[in-house]
This record gives sequence, structure tokens and C-alpha cells, in this order.
Amino acid sequence: QRRVREAVVSTQSTGDFENPEEVNKQLETMGYNIGVRLIDDFLAHTPSVTRCTTLEEVADILCKQGFKMFLGIVPEIKNWTAAKDEFSLVITENPLAEYVELPPNCQDTLWYSNIICGVIRGALEMVQMDVKCSFVGDTLRGNDSTEIRIKFVKILEDSLPAGED
Amino acid sequence: QWYQRRVREAEVSTQSTGRYKQFNTTINKIIRATAQCNMIYSVYIINKAGGRIYDEDFASNKPEEEITFPSYPIPLVLTADTGKVLVKFGASGNVKPGMSVIAVNRQPVTGLYTGNDQAILEIINDPASYPLSLTFGRTKASANEKLMLASIFHSLFAIAAKISPVEQSSGIKELRTEKFTLNCFQTITGVKFFMIVDHKQTGCDHLLHRIYELYTDYVLKNPFYPIDMPIRCELFDQNLRKVIEQVERTTAYNSERLS
Repeated sequence: QRRVREAVVSTQSTGDFENPEEVNKQLETMGYNIGVRLIDDFLAHTPSVTRCTTLEEVADILCKQGFKMFLGIVPEIKNWTAAKDEFSLVITENPLAEYVELPPNCQDTLWYSNIICGVIRGALEMVQMDVKCSFVGDTLRGNDSTEIRIKFVKILEDSLPAGED
Repeated sequence: QWYQRRVREAEVSTQSTGRYKQFNTTINKIIRATAQCNMIYSVYIINKAGGRIYDEDFASNKPEEEITFPSYPIPLVLTADTGKVLVKFGASGNVKPGMSVIAVNRQPVTGLYTGNDQAILEIINDPASYPLSLTFGRTKASANEKLMLASIFHSLFAIAAKISPVEQSSGIKELRTEKFTLNCFQTITGVKFFMIVDHKQTGCDHLLHRIYELYTDYVLKNPFYPIDMPIRCELFDQNLRKVIEQVERTTAYNSERLS
């Protein structure tokens, strides 16, 4: 929690709640800015982690070490596609949404914890992985579970550091 | 302070045994250890693109020699070389080829000119300026030179990984020369940390990891620091210095104990 708060200080805050879609985008961007810096923090404090070669490894380290370190929770990994390029992350207790209630005007459009999607996208981009990350359900909106869908797009070849090809 | 404590310890231990010879050798070891104290010469950080974003020199015992020449001519051959007056040939006292003029008559110089905008070589070749005092030392590499060196190292690092006979090799981890060793560590995100140390320095990998941790704690968490730009964070400098001093003290102490 402390680390997340520290990281959040390093981004700009938004006060505009007129358009929930806009806010979703802004949250994602904030998350992205946090993610690009958070990844080095994670790697420096987890020296045992090496470059992942499969999305399964990524999912494993993301949930068991990444989420654990910064949010103190371990989400479940579910719903793999046949090609193993897409999976769902199910969060049972979201620490960001504790004591939160959504106002009625954004009950159907706002993803409150969209910042997490940005963090995942930003962090993975810094290790040369392009992923699409989005919410498919949130208990704050009345869905059954808080679920993020992560899809692998491609490896970013041009920014690969030397020796890692 | 550490030095004084060790001297006191040595005094106490020899008083109890009463052997003067032992005291002398212990003192000599301590002096040698303190003299060896500066084993980490410099630390560099390079970003993903190969640009230098941080460098710091730690060796404070740069040899400087001041010599007063009573008359013209002087026994050294001096030439203007890349913006500094270099000793090309000849020797005088401890001054050898490779050292450059850093002060004339105790006034520091900038490049080829003194503070009063006089060309140093002109002053030296003019018999009327004698007796003349010149201070020699090794000038620090300029910021541009360091930038160039960092980019060249970045390319070498990439080449080293490419020419590996076995796949999935890392880049350069260690580079040994006669006088120093260069240790390098590349993170998964592409940032390179490398340091130039003395051969006797051990635990360089661990130290590079510590520097990586300091980078994430003081540089990345600084909201005003733009990524991949030169690092200007006070806290990072302070903490890096603390870590380096700590490592040097423990290494010197250990090497003195074992010798």
C-alpha cells in the first residue's frame, strides 16, 4: 500500500468527474506513468526474477510477486485461451476499492481501479512486452467479480536491450 | 575516526603483550589499508538508448605534483593536446608523461589558458616568466568525453552479446585491464550500471545491485525526474556516496585483517 501511495504521488491527479469515459482514460494513463517506474522498483527488490519467455510465467510473477509486493493481494489466474495469449486476473479483495461506493451517474461506465490496468501495461512495456489490459467486471459496479483481461499483443523488438534476443 | 580507533586497538593489544615490533607492523598495515581506501574509482549509469545519465568519480587521492622550475628551459616536453597541456616526454620528480598542467603559479588553468587568458605554452617558453611553478595532475575527462565513452561502451556491450558462440549470452560483465576492472550490470529494462574499480575490490555484483536499488528508490520515485534524462537528484548522490564509503571501509578493514 505504501509503495502504491508513493508511486501515485509521482503522477498528476485528476479532479474532473464530468465524463466517466475520459476519467477511465486518465486513470489508465496515470497507471501507465506509475507502471514504467514501478517495474524497476519491483526488479530491484526481487533479484530472483529473470526475463519471462511465456505469458504463463508473466502471469505467475505478476500475481504471486508483483501484486503481492505492491497491493498485498494475490489475484487468481483464470480463463486462458487455447493459444495461451490471453488470460483473466480475478481479484477477490481489491484494497483500492475498500470503503468505496460509486455515485449513480457513473455506475455503468466508470472502472474505478482502471489505474491497475495502466500499471500492468506500463510495467510490461518497459520489459519489451506489449499487452492490452482492460476491466471486464467490477464488484463496485455490481458484477460478480473484479476481473481484468490481459491480452498479449507482441514483443517490442526495437527497444530490446543487447543480448536479449 | 576509524583509523584512530584501529590505532588505539593496536596500542592496547601491544601494551598487553609488550611487543613493540608487532605494534609497528600493525600500524603499517593500518596505514596501507587507509591508503588503499579509495578502490572504487567511478560509477556510471547508462539509459536504454546508450546515453550517459549519471557518472561520479570517487577516488579522492588524485596525485598532484607541484614543481617550481628555477629557469628556462624545463626538462619536460609539453604539447597542447585535446584542450589541455600534456606532458609528452621527459620526467621531473614524480611528473611523468600522461599528466597535464592543472595550475600555473598556483592559479588553476582552464584548458590551454590561464585565468588571465594567457596561453600556458607561451608562458613556459618565455624565459622571463621564471622561476615558474607548475602543478601537474590527471585532468578529469570532460562531460562530452564521458558521454562519448558511455555510448561507445554501450555499443561494445551490444557487440559482445552478438559475437557470443552460445545463444542467450549477456553483454560485457567484467573488463580487466592492468590497472583497473570495469564491472557492468544490465537490468531487464535496459538500464546499465557500471563501475570502474581497483582489482582488490570484491563484491562488485552485490554493489551494483545496491546501486540499482538506490536508483529505483531515489531517482524513479522522484516525481520531477523525467525518465532516461541525466540524473540530478540530491538524495541519490548522498546515499550513493554513503554506500560507496561503507563498502570501501569494510573492504579495507577485511583486506587488512587477512593480510
